[in-house]
Amino acid sequence: MSGANDSYDPKEVAALAPDILQAAVEKAREEFSSAADLDALAAVKPAHLGDKSPLLLARREIGALPPQARAEAGKRVNEVQALVKAAFDERRAQLQVERDERVLRDEGVDVTLPWDRVPRGARHPLTTLSERIADVFVGMGYEVAEGPELEAEWFNFDALNFQKDHPARTMQDTFYVAPEGSGQVLRTHTSPVQIRALLERDLPVYVVCPGRTFRTDELDATHTPVFHQVEGLAIDKGLTMAHLKGTLDAFAKAMFGAEARIRLRPSFFPFTEPSAEPDVWFAEKKGGAGWVEWGGCGMVHPNVLRACGVDPDVYSGFAFGMGLERTLQFRNGIPDMRDMVEGDVRFTLPFGTEA
Amino acid sequence: MRIPVSWLVQQLELTEDLRDLTPTQIADAFVRVGLEVEEVSPLGPVTGPVVVGRVAEIEVLTEFKKPIRFCTVEIGDPEDADDENPATTQVVCGATNFVEGDLVVVAMPGAVLPGDFTIAARKTYGRVSNGMICAADELGLGGDHSGILVLPSDDDVAPGDDAISLLGLDDAVIELSITPDRGYCFSQRGLARELACALNLGYIDPAAIEVPGADGRSVPVTIEDPTACTRFAVRRVTGVDPTAPTPWHIRRTLMLAGIRSISLAVDITNYVMLELGQPMHAYDTSRLRGGLTVRRARAGEKLVTLDDVERVLDPDDVVVCDESGPVGLAGVMGGASTEVRPDSTDIVLEAAIWNPASIARAVRRHKLPSEASRRYERVVDPALPPVALERAARMLRDYGEGRIQPGRTDEGNPVAPDPVVMAMDLPDRVAGARYARGVTASRLQKIGCRVEVGAAEDGTPVVTAFPPTWRADLVQPADLVEEVLRLQGYDTVPSVLPPAPAGRGLSSAQRRRRAVSRSLAEHGYVEVLPFPFIPPTVWDAFGLAADDVRRKTVRVLNPLEAERSELATTLLPGLLDTLVRNVSRGARDLSLFHIGQVVLPRTGAVPMPEVAVASRPSDAEVASLDAALPAQPTHAAVVLAGNRQRAGWWGAGEPAGWADAVQAARVVAEAAGVTLTVTADALAPWHPGRCARLSVGGFPVGHAGELHPKVVEALGLPKRTCAMEIDLDLLPLVDRKPVPQVSPYPPVLLDVALVVDADVPAAELTLALREGGGELLEDLSLFDVFTGEQVGEGKRSLAYSLRFRAPDRTLTVEEATAVRDTAVAAATERHGAALRS
Repeated sequence: MSGANDSYDPKEVAALAPDILQAAVEKAREEFSSAADLDALAAVKPAHLGDKSPLLLARREIGALPPQARAEAGKRVNEVQALVKAAFDERRAQLQVERDERVLRDEGVDVTLPWDRVPRGARHPLTTLSERIADVFVGMGYEVAEGPELEAEWFNFDALNFQKDHPARTMQDTFYVAPEGSGQVLRTHTSPVQIRALLERDLPVYVVCPGRTFRTDELDATHTPVFHQVEGLAIDKGLTMAHLKGTLDAFAKAMFGAEARIRLRPSFFPFTEPSAEPDVWFAEKKGGAGWVEWGGCGMVHPNVLRACGVDPDVYSGFAFGMGLERTLQFRNGIPDMRDMVEGDVRFTLPFGTEA
Repeated sequence: MRIPVSWLVQQLELTEDLRDLTPTQIADAFVRVGLEVEEVSPLGPVTGPVVVGRVAEIEVLTEFKKPIRFCTVEIGDPEDADDENPATTQVVCGATNFVEGDLVVVAMPGAVLPGDFTIAARKTYGRVSNGMICAADELGLGGDHSGILVLPSDDDVAPGDDAISLLGLDDAVIELSITPDRGYCFSQRGLARELACALNLGYIDPAAIEVPGADGRSVPVTIEDPTACTRFAVRRVTGVDPTAPTPWHIRRTLMLAGIRSISLAVDITNYVMLELGQPMHAYDTSRLRGGLTVRRARAGEKLVTLDDVERVLDPDDVVVCDESGPVGLAGVMGGASTEVRPDSTDIVLEAAIWNPASIARAVRRHKLPSEASRRYERVVDPALPPVALERAARMLRDYGEGRIQPGRTDEGNPVAPDPVVMAMDLPDRVAGARYARGVTASRLQKIGCRVEVGAAEDGTPVVTAFPPTWRADLVQPADLVEEVLRLQGYDTVPSVLPPAPAGRGLSSAQRRRRAVSRSLAEHGYVEVLPFPFIPPTVWDAFGLAADDVRRKTVRVLNPLEAERSELATTLLPGLLDTLVRNVSRGARDLSLFHIGQVVLPRTGAVPMPEVAVASRPSDAEVASLDAALPAQPTHAAVVLAGNRQRAGWWGAGEPAGWADAVQAARVVAEAAGVTLTVTADALAPWHPGRCARLSVGGFPVGHAGELHPKVVEALGLPKRTCAMEIDLDLLPLVDRKPVPQVSPYPPVLLDVALVVDADVPAAELTLALREGGGELLEDLSLFDVFTGEQVGEGKRSLAYSLRFRAPDRTLTVEEATAVRDTAVAAATERHGAALRS
């Protein structure tokens, strides 16, 4: 090895000649660029940038130069070394990009393969519909009231102004439970919850009552003995039938879109006077937009208010109720109600978790 | 109620612009004032030559399976006949309810009957038939197909006359369903009045006939039970020609109303019922023994009704009796012994007013709805009996040559409805609208009220309405308001959204139920809503002990399916039924849930109290109503079968197991914000070794696990079906969950494996570690459970990772290790745990 204190050897010093240095650069560039991958590049690196590389060896000769030549030679060597380093870095960056791309390419998969290992569940559309309706009314300031399904006749009939021998009380419509004369029925509507709400709450009362109800209808495409209703009740000072209509209009729009609206037809219910049946204008009605019957409503009968200790001369109010099965049936175009009660998961799954 | 349009409009004073009122316009008008139109059925349509024919000769062809008639029918005047218009024609006919000389309706070749049925001459039964002799339904005239339509002989009708106009086929029948408050609408009289109100037309009351004062009494009548019968009137008509036919217009009206023609006397009583709404009965006077008495039936008494059925009477039944005993079930059906027969000439007509509730009970008891009871169950105008008697007697005189006997018995004391006083502007205030002056009074007058306008003490205008006798339903101002509003039209009520009250949103329990429902669905469970009706046999299949509380069910008295008579005390039978239904339809991997009420009878239930409705019940009364009802908590339950994780191209599936059922309970508890404790239990219908009791705060709230193999077999369930049920109402409501202190310092992680007796529950060991570790043990998780030779017979090893962290500093490994040793010491002390090296 030559050192700085070695005697001057012209042959050795030739290593510092510009053409020699340039050749080394060319050679390095050539070998770097022909390296096919990062491993090959790493393999050729020592030959050009390592301790035994021509440039490193040349640098050692600088000391052998006369002092006046050293600065210039040093500068020259630095320059070419920077060139080689740059060539290496460039090639390495290039190869890294190539490698990264290849790795990503190799890791590619068939993204169309299914991965439903844990099947998802769903909530019943009657549940989500009921919640959605409740939410509409909660948004209007109502609260949600509930009550038992096996109910005292007093709540289900008496307090709702059904006379003792009203035909609706017969076993043709109502499920009675043992013993005979128990005074208990499976509630035929959610209206008993209205009574409970009026007895339990302070006035004014604005409640919506969703729930399961029962009538002795055989199960077929349009009837089910176990069904669901949502009722609303508002008792306050100065409530009018116009308020009933306005509330139902808002409800209809929330459920069926901006075009929806309500028409009232006179009807009869023991617990309302005047009574009406609302029709809703339903744009997507099967066979063309039109009116669809949608429950019952009316101004709460003074006898009902009295039975709950509300003075009908001071307070007034309205009530309305709809069948959820029927609503779901026309809203979602479900031809057969049995699909809603049989619990076939193929019916429920497409509904997901929200209405 | 089915009624022909032509008959309805007879009572209207039609204005020029409404002369061509269509059936649809009429139906719309009814709907507007609150009558429910079921159907509008135009008669016919019949076109082409359909004529009146007189049967001249009947040749009976006997070579066929049934007797066939080859009829020669006169269809025109022989004097005007020519080749194109013959005086007779021949028609083959299979019916036998007519004789030579009868007037019939002949559809000639070229006629088109309803259903696009074109008549042509054709050869049949070996003869040429030049048309068809028609039954009523073939002409689109009601549904009667009991035989050929035989027209009554009438001087005005001759063979060859156009039958289409004669039969009034240019007409329609409207079918309405009458709400319970509008009994008066069960008649031409009431419906025409409604129509007049709806269309603002003049109205002619068919009951406005002059009824002469009674000239003495007729058959004596005694009302023993004045609550059951408020009026009972009779009139006698003698010398009625029993062969006299019922005039065509009466038969046609009955036919279109769906009532069969029987005899002149019976047809007239039915016609008057349709016309006025007063049900009537006709007795054969010669078969009556003495006077008539109205009373309750005696236990064991029997009555053969008009339909020839012997009925055992109930002491609550009201009967009409003569000296021989009951001759009619009041207001429901007459008796056979005194009915009018083909030879009856002496007729007693009855028109009575019965207590609606009493009639309703009798109808239900005997399952015997009738045209009469349908009206009596509602309200019949108590002023009608003498009018109806007069009307019917006159018709018997006019059409049957009867002699009206001068006497009339009229017992009972019908009460006129009380006047109702109402603030004049109440309809406006209820509607939230402003109506023109005078609307209230004029609308009330229109429905038949006498109206007086006055002022209240404070000077505000009031209206006093004296309801007409047929409107007993008008008892308070609200009833009058409805009348005014419905006749003004509900479309005059504006739409105004009331100001929003200050609602408090959903209750905690409601939010929790939604959270549980959503969480279960997000964990793969599908919600189903099974019926609560279960068979009592399910408890044996469940393997429940004889005294198991779940066997104590409430029984439905009138179940739709006799074997499913019990109300569920647990959600599992319904869920398992649904599971089986899905499996039978080919599903295999099923996770179902149901959230619903169950019915749990109370021990020592109290009877349902009698509570009045005139005013608010006392708090004690409300409490006693609730105490008489069973407890009805809301449960959540799941059932699982097949794979919980599916098999697929990725490999095998993961079968649903006991642990998934227990995990479902944890999902519920987490959604509810409570901490669940799981301990081993052995409760049917679960597998005794794979049954977890679920507790919260030390109280049991439910069970989960795999079902007992015997239960699986008995119910035909998929193998290893699992289930969980939890009482949501028993979970404490957590409104504000505790806020954890989050330490920013790094944790120290240490693992520990403990060897314990195999019967030490993991949850107990975990608890020991947790409590032993104290506050510095932030969390721990069980990552391995191992049994085998290395740990020894009857032992198992449980390996935990422990995460230690201090709230206020970086914990050193030495500190953490010391805490771990304390934790292990606690486990050793409680469960003899040995550190596994």
